[in-house]
Amino acid sequence: MMLDEINAIAQRQREKEESFCHRIDVCIAAGCLSSHSDDIVAAFEKEIARRGLEKSCRAKGVGCLGLCAAGPLVAVEPAGTLYRGVAAGDVGEILDALASSPPARLHCPRETPFFQRQLKIVLENCGRIDPESIEEYIAAGGYQAMHTALTRMSPDEVIREVARSGLRGRGGAGFPTGLKWSTVAKAENATKFVVCNADEGDPGAFMDRSVLESDPHRIIEGMVIAGWAVGATRGFIYVRAEYPLAVKRVKSALAAAERSGLLGGSLFHTPFGFDIKVRLGAGAFVCGEETALIASIEGRLGRPRPRPPYPAESGLWGCPTLINNVETFANIAPILRNGSGWFAGIGTEKSKGTKVFALAGRVRNTGLIEVPMGTSLRDIVFAIGGGIKDDRGFKAAQTGGPSGGCIPEQHLDLPIDYDSLAAVGSIMGSGGMIIMDETACMVDVAKYFMAFCRAESCGACVPCRVGTTQLHRLLDRITAGRGAATDLARIEDLCDLVKTTSLCGLGQTAPNPVLSTLRYFRDEYEAHIQGRRCPAGVCKL
Amino acid sequence: MAPLTASAAGPRTPLSPPGEDPRWKKVIRTMRLNGFSATALIETLHTVQESFGYLEPEALRFVARSLRVPLSRVYAVATFYHFFTLKPPGRHTCVVCLGTACFIGGANAIMDGIQEALTIAPGETTADGNVSLLTARCLGACGLAPVAVFDGAVQGNLTLPAVLEKIKGWAKS
Repeated sequence: MMLDEINAIAQRQREKEESFCHRIDVCIAAGCLSSHSDDIVAAFEKEIARRGLEKSCRAKGVGCLGLCAAGPLVAVEPAGTLYRGVAAGDVGEILDALASSPPARLHCPRETPFFQRQLKIVLENCGRIDPESIEEYIAAGGYQAMHTALTRMSPDEVIREVARSGLRGRGGAGFPTGLKWSTVAKAENATKFVVCNADEGDPGAFMDRSVLESDPHRIIEGMVIAGWAVGATRGFIYVRAEYPLAVKRVKSALAAAERSGLLGGSLFHTPFGFDIKVRLGAGAFVCGEETALIASIEGRLGRPRPRPPYPAESGLWGCPTLINNVETFANIAPILRNGSGWFAGIGTEKSKGTKVFALAGRVRNTGLIEVPMGTSLRDIVFAIGGGIKDDRGFKAAQTGGPSGGCIPEQHLDLPIDYDSLAAVGSIMGSGGMIIMDETACMVDVAKYFMAFCRAESCGACVPCRVGTTQLHRLLDRITAGRGAATDLARIEDLCDLVKTTSLCGLGQTAPNPVLSTLRYFRDEYEAHIQGRRCPAGVCKL
Repeated sequence: MAPLTASAAGPRTPLSPPGEDPRWKKVIRTMRLNGFSATALIETLHTVQESFGYLEPEALRFVARSLRVPLSRVYAVATFYHFFTLKPPGRHTCVVCLGTACFIGGANAIMDGIQEALTIAPGETTADGNVSLLTARCLGACGLAPVAVFDGAVQGNLTLPAVLEKIKGWAKS
């Protein structure tokens, strides 16, 4: 494959698209697909054929359109009209409305804060291209950054560009991506690996799933560029088996890239080659931890080992290994395409670019959103999210899942970035954001996450294995109305021990949901213990 | 250990499978594609479960012999990872998502209601072998919480009465 071939594919694809007066895009990401949006695509195709509109009108499936709460979603371009809650029986009405105004019953206005307040970099192609078509990805500017990197930039230049952009790891910890890349690049070894961590284990997060389902080639392009930069020729995508659709689309994207000569040997006629294989997770949360993930790819029990050595020095089969999250890789191509200065101009001083959040819970507009770093929590919940369902009051936003914490109302104006979230006792995490209203009991929430960590602890180290069990027992006792006056002190003591002495991130962060709810909602714990009552009315005391 | 290459002895011929069942061919194919390497253990177990619905003892022994991995390690991997099951599933399966959004959306009450109706705990199958009740950490359909999967089809915005009706329908079939 050469650049002019890529440009020719892009040109042909764009001309083909522009030949249609009306382009109907139906969301076929997992959310809408579970409401049978594939039947809607079929119904459109049938009705278009019946009306003899094949030359002027086409329907196809696209990735996530974002507003999952209103699915199945259908977008009609170039008019930009969006329809909500569409059923297969509605296709005639939508086709009738192509030349006139959309029926109010189905119309979903795009001039709302949900759409206007977002900035899409990672999700720029989501809901626009057919995830199963490499031509559409190329027409959207895909594989151009890879061409530039491989033919016009040295590995050092690529790493410098990534470092200058200020991109930090989107898996949650926020480690500077450029620094990680340069560590792997400096490691001296003939064999190196690039691994994409798509083991999205936070229960309540679906960013990675949506990106893989909606725009899989973006991850491939980011990984190949990373391989060139660090000197690796092989990559793995470690993806959850619980995401069968993402697995299917990634595999078909890999096959298409191989057929087109965008994966494999001598890419763009350079001596550099790269290939990628998929490895399936098997339902172990701890495998999101990088050393456990490596063990799992090697076919072993997913148990972490002490670091150092870090995977950058000794990872897969003892070779230097670069591990980045899906969203991190998704940012690479845009950074090279638009320049590090452009990326560094978005966000806050220490957190650059955008962040994708899976907005869920008691908020009106649940779905997938992308906002510039530094956007306030209030904007996310009340402008983009449309406020709390049933006009109830906001209580807390949970970020970071079992490793994170709850942010109360007093911090609603907090600009969301890595450092400000850490300052209030939560973490950025991978992007799960669960909004809770006054019907949520915070002790019960803490117990929920502790039950999760107890079940997911791999058992390798005592503080995590025993500590999470004991913490869960204490919380269970409190929610059952049998808490003792000394329990809170005991919990805090135990949290400190588990946090400071556990082997890996799972144990070290497991106390966070407890500590943050104790920090902001201590009165609820005390009501359970002293008053034997649950203020939210959730626990049966 | 050399990454993803065949064992030192070179390409291997597969051992004969435990039976004539054509599904074993798929299992052998996965192992062959990975050069019968021990690193293919998890991939192979995925193929076994996909083909047979669960990991039966005979399959674990066959995979252990074929990949030259101790049976104890195969058993350890099969029981460490939640996705694998050693018990045959019922005719119908109901997987209730217990992710955070579903938890906030009332999944626990739905779960309790199903347990009461079927008189089984999560991970169990009804005595008549009709329905298996399972839980999922998170299905990633948080926008539609609470969510469950009925015989492979995801359904969102659930209520307890709707779920119970679905399960009662299975009892009749």
